[in-house]
Amino acid sequence: MADKLFKDDAVEEKGERARMASFIGALAIVDLLKTTLGPKGMDKILQSTSRGHSVSVTNDGATILKSLHIDNPAAKVLVDISKVQDDEVGDGTTSVVVLCGELLREAEKLVNLKIHPMTIIDGYRMAVECARSVLEKRTRDNRADPEKFRQDLINIAMTTLSSKILSQEKEHFANLAVNAVMRLKGSGNLEAIQIIKKAGGSLQDSFLDEGFILDKKIGVGQPKSIQNAKILVANTAMDTDKVKIYGARVRVDAMSKIAEIEAAEKDKMKQKVQKILAHGINCFVNRQLIYNFPEELFADAGIMAIEHADFEGIERLALVTGGEITSTFDNPESVKLGHCDLIEEIMIGEDRLIRFSGVEMGEACTIVLRGASTHVLDEAERSLHDALCVLCQTVQDSRVVWGGGWPELLMARHVDELARKTPGKKSLAVESFAAALRAIPAIIADNAGLDSADLVSRLRAEHSKEDCMSGIDVLTGGVGDMEQLGIYEAFKVKQAVILSATEAAEMILRVDEIIKCAPRKREERM
Amino acid sequence: MALAFDEYGRPFIILREQEQKTRAKGLEAQKANIMAAKSVARILRTSLGPKGMDKMLQSGDGDVTISNDGATILEQMEVENQIGKLMVELSRSQDYEIGDGTTGVVVTAGALLEQAEILLERGIHPIRVAEGYEQAARIAVDHLSKISHSFEFSSTNIQPLVQTCMTTLSSKIVNRCKALLAEIAVKAVLAVADLERKDVNLDLIKVEGKVGGKLEDTELVYGIVVDKDMSHPQMPKRIEDAKIAILTCPFEPPKPKTKHKIDIDSTEKFEALREAEKKYFDEMVQKCKDVGATLVICQWGFDDEANHLLMHRGLPAVRWVGGVELELIAIATGGRIVPRFQELTPEKLGRAGIVREKSFGTTKDRMLYIEQCANSRAVTIFIRGASKMMVEETKRSIHDALCVARNLIRDNSIVYGGGSAEIACSIAVEAAADRIPGVEQYAVRAFADALDGVPMALAENSGLQPIDTLTAVKAQQIKEKNPHLGIDCNDVKTNDMKEQNVFETLIGKKQQILLATQVVKMILKIDDVITPSQYI
Repeated sequence: MADKLFKDDAVEEKGERARMASFIGALAIVDLLKTTLGPKGMDKILQSTSRGHSVSVTNDGATILKSLHIDNPAAKVLVDISKVQDDEVGDGTTSVVVLCGELLREAEKLVNLKIHPMTIIDGYRMAVECARSVLEKRTRDNRADPEKFRQDLINIAMTTLSSKILSQEKEHFANLAVNAVMRLKGSGNLEAIQIIKKAGGSLQDSFLDEGFILDKKIGVGQPKSIQNAKILVANTAMDTDKVKIYGARVRVDAMSKIAEIEAAEKDKMKQKVQKILAHGINCFVNRQLIYNFPEELFADAGIMAIEHADFEGIERLALVTGGEITSTFDNPESVKLGHCDLIEEIMIGEDRLIRFSGVEMGEACTIVLRGASTHVLDEAERSLHDALCVLCQTVQDSRVVWGGGWPELLMARHVDELARKTPGKKSLAVESFAAALRAIPAIIADNAGLDSADLVSRLRAEHSKEDCMSGIDVLTGGVGDMEQLGIYEAFKVKQAVILSATEAAEMILRVDEIIKCAPRKREERM
Repeated sequence: MALAFDEYGRPFIILREQEQKTRAKGLEAQKANIMAAKSVARILRTSLGPKGMDKMLQSGDGDVTISNDGATILEQMEVENQIGKLMVELSRSQDYEIGDGTTGVVVTAGALLEQAEILLERGIHPIRVAEGYEQAARIAVDHLSKISHSFEFSSTNIQPLVQTCMTTLSSKIVNRCKALLAEIAVKAVLAVADLERKDVNLDLIKVEGKVGGKLEDTELVYGIVVDKDMSHPQMPKRIEDAKIAILTCPFEPPKPKTKHKIDIDSTEKFEALREAEKKYFDEMVQKCKDVGATLVICQWGFDDEANHLLMHRGLPAVRWVGGVELELIAIATGGRIVPRFQELTPEKLGRAGIVREKSFGTTKDRMLYIEQCANSRAVTIFIRGASKMMVEETKRSIHDALCVARNLIRDNSIVYGGGSAEIACSIAVEAAADRIPGVEQYAVRAFADALDGVPMALAENSGLQPIDTLTAVKAQQIKEKNPHLGIDCNDVKTNDMKEQNVFETLIGKKQQILLATQVVKMILKIDDVITPSQYI
């Protein structure tokens, strides 16, 4: 008559069952994501459950996993790991999950052979150290040669983009991304790159603008283009300036007084505008609304006034033009104004936008994405974001490795060698690690509709030679020289993939009991 | 349920609504209780030791925690059973008092109860068992003091301390970089320790975690790290020799608590009010400037106008800093928390060598570092990790390591780990048992058997033959009279824990045995459990 230890709905799973539950959960996620890997990977349609049932089509691992509602705790570990990969390096979100899954799949076999999970973890740790150091030794660093370095960057961008919707135009977009990142001059400040999405046109029409583009309109009756602009970036109320002192209210006893106060209010606004004008500016950008009255005043003074630029917009504008965000206007002499050579209204498709070109901070630029539908644009933005992140990381750590399954096979070979030298049960785990690594190129080949077993074994044979550059050439469906094909990947991304995947696998392997508490009861809404 | 009758033969109600309550009595109650406590102990048993496994816990809201820490597991398990809750309490009190050994204490208690059950079946009265346990615990604790060593370290030679923390960390998932984390923990504790008074205020160590990066990026900051950024994007990101004004009043016009209204009925009044409002902001900022502050840290928000004025006057500011953090900043920088602008004076400013903003990863996360503070006694351990679970688990592990280091500073006696202390105690208790007359002898002997439970679990978790290993070590201890022999969990081919550098604090171990005995006694003394039946 043992009393129940837990609440009614709690579930406790132990030992083998717990391990099985986590393996199954993790593998289910991996099988879901597997098909998106590689240049011929497929996309997924995600439909949200919220109102509107908005749909997005994506190939990005992190995006897919973020939108899933998962119940299995082990699967949640995988989702987490992919999210972190996205935050840290921006790309490789699918690879990290798939590799982790393959590691678990191999581990499952070992567990069935009655090998203790701790022994497997020991082996994996040895293997990952070996793999990382081998990969590090074979990296190439072209930082010294700007011409070659640029080529490296373009190749990396193309590799990243080739698995995304942008693959048709990958050369175009790779150039866009590299140009944008090169403008940052190694600062790695991705905020200076703005991405504007405008439906219409084709992806080919996307372009990089060297200035800053603000998706806003210029007030009526104001100049449409200004040369040598002095810009005041402000965050202030330009409707009625409210009295902020608490409890103030207007109480009058005659109609005439209302008029007086209204006049005083108007006067106040007028004074404010005067003060703003005293800065000697010819362009005024405000975060908040500008009412008709002040707008008219600005128009009278021949000043371009832009209202309702959102917070990010003005922050970025202040950054690129070198001005400060002002909220009081009493000392015009010491306020730093922003400068740019030309402000003009431009048309993209049917929308009018404002372009600030020749800005002080030469690092900033805007990428305007065009595309047939919002879904295409959203996916294009995600892909471009991935590419930009990877490029940024590469600029900081310029070591590159080859792609197309080359690093996996290289590491697998050396890990295999390590396994042969390792005594004890650990060697089985080390061997499994190599097998898991080899599964990645196999999946890439499978997704491309190629004979993976044949390809991987051919690659393996090639890799037994020293200094081999071979990888899978998905386009021709054979084995190709990765250096000639220009398929490059950033070392930092690859390293992060291997390390985090192993860490996640280790975490799941260590678990021998799962306790699910009773779900919190939702209160019935009346 | 038994019924009582009055002299007329009518049933007599003792418990209200007694027919709706279930009741367990006597041996039956004791057995049920022991069963419940044992099943809690059984869950934790596999987490013990360097090769112990983790538990995955899913909370009612679906959040997942993976942990190896006994206290955490029990806390998140949401145990319903009353006796189970006692075990949770047991582990928690070990956590509060010592901070480490939370798993061990539960496993010991479980083993004690298991032995008690056998004695109860033989018909020995529970109170006698409890008394025997009490005696045995005293013998064990005395013996622990005998085999303990004093442990030498100084603020310059921290290596022994690091070694101890590494033992603690080796059973956690972070054992990949245990050396780094152990060093961080020791340095942090030494930074805030008062070596003369032998006391450590752990509140001065802030453990902050941020998802992302590698575990290896975890660092010790001699100062405070706040998860905030400058209120205005264009404020300087780095301030040297900062004088910090710590405010708990908002940069906004005052809001009197009494209800009031200001009536405006003429243009003049309107103008006057406007002027007054402007003056407020001006004065506030000027006040901060006048006392010589170069950084303002505020608990509340800023008005746009105030924000710009601050920026304009070259006064960087941070807003919405939480109360606890504000206090820590005040302690670290030696400043005073100022509740009103009028009370701001130069003496109340805090000082810090460098204040800088640091950004992470591809997202726009920024943190504020306040370093080289006037009073460097406050430190922050800044944890990075691949996922939220990892960061949380690292936080808990670091907490354990911090506690161990603190305990060593408080009292530098140690015993050796790897089950060696338990085995030594078990031998001592066993030997003492023969000299005790009466029924208690049985209980004392059972206690000795129960002490073997911990090394047994260790051996089992490490994939060794539990009985073989334990008996071999025990025989060796008696033969060589060496209490440092334990279970070789990591397969290093030596049983001598002194050589392996595996040790635990004496207070921790003593506490474990005493707490476990206490709870077991409490459970044994219960002979009647009355529970209301489920609500419908």
